[in-house]
Amino acid sequence: MDIMTIGSIITVVFLVTGVFFFMAGTIGLLRLPDFFSRMHATGKGDTLAVLLCLIGLAIYNAFEGNFALPYILVSIKIVFIAIFWFLAGPTATHAISRAAFRCGVKPWTLEHQFKEVEKQ
Amino acid sequence: MINMQQFFMGVSIALSFLVLLCLYRAILGPFITNRIVGVGAIGTKTLIMLLLMGFIYDRVDMFVDISIAYALLNFIGTLAAAKYFEMRGEV
Repeated sequence: MDIMTIGSIITVVFLVTGVFFFMAGTIGLLRLPDFFSRMHATGKGDTLAVLLCLIGLAIYNAFEGNFALPYILVSIKIVFIAIFWFLAGPTATHAISRAAFRCGVKPWTLEHQFKEVEKQ
Repeated sequence: MINMQQFFMGVSIALSFLVLLCLYRAILGPFITNRIVGVGAIGTKTLIMLLLMGFIYDRVDMFVDISIAYALLNFIGTLAAAKYFEMRGEV
């Protein structure tokens, strides 16, 4: 299926923005100073990116089979993964952040720069 | 013009490059908590790469089931790590 049909163009747009948000999440994961800010970046960035990519692929699958029933069912499964990850991503992020906070991981603050507190 | 399979292959290569970046945090991350974040980030990227492989090989219905299972397991894994740390009380 070449790239110039309507379904492919929509898919290309969704997938490119999805990869952009994946990149944003990864840069946040590498650049940010401490655990909570990294969790902040990946939790949101990746969840949105997964949502965009999965919806793009669901649309592509629907258009590829020009809305025949078996293709529609597979697209519904893909949308199910998107909805599931939309609920599961933030929950996992919350669980691991709360666990880390209760285990004594201190959030990074400005004076961490000056008095060399070891960063958690 | 490139067809969609080449485009999906390009997106998969870009995602695998991002996985390499996350691997840095997963291996060198100062403490176990940062490593869990790195592994979680790799897991979400793998989920999308699985589905893209399904589209590249035209086996979409098989790979959709695999990626559903992978998404569930990734979620359960993070929850298990969180519960383990809460129970242990110190990182």
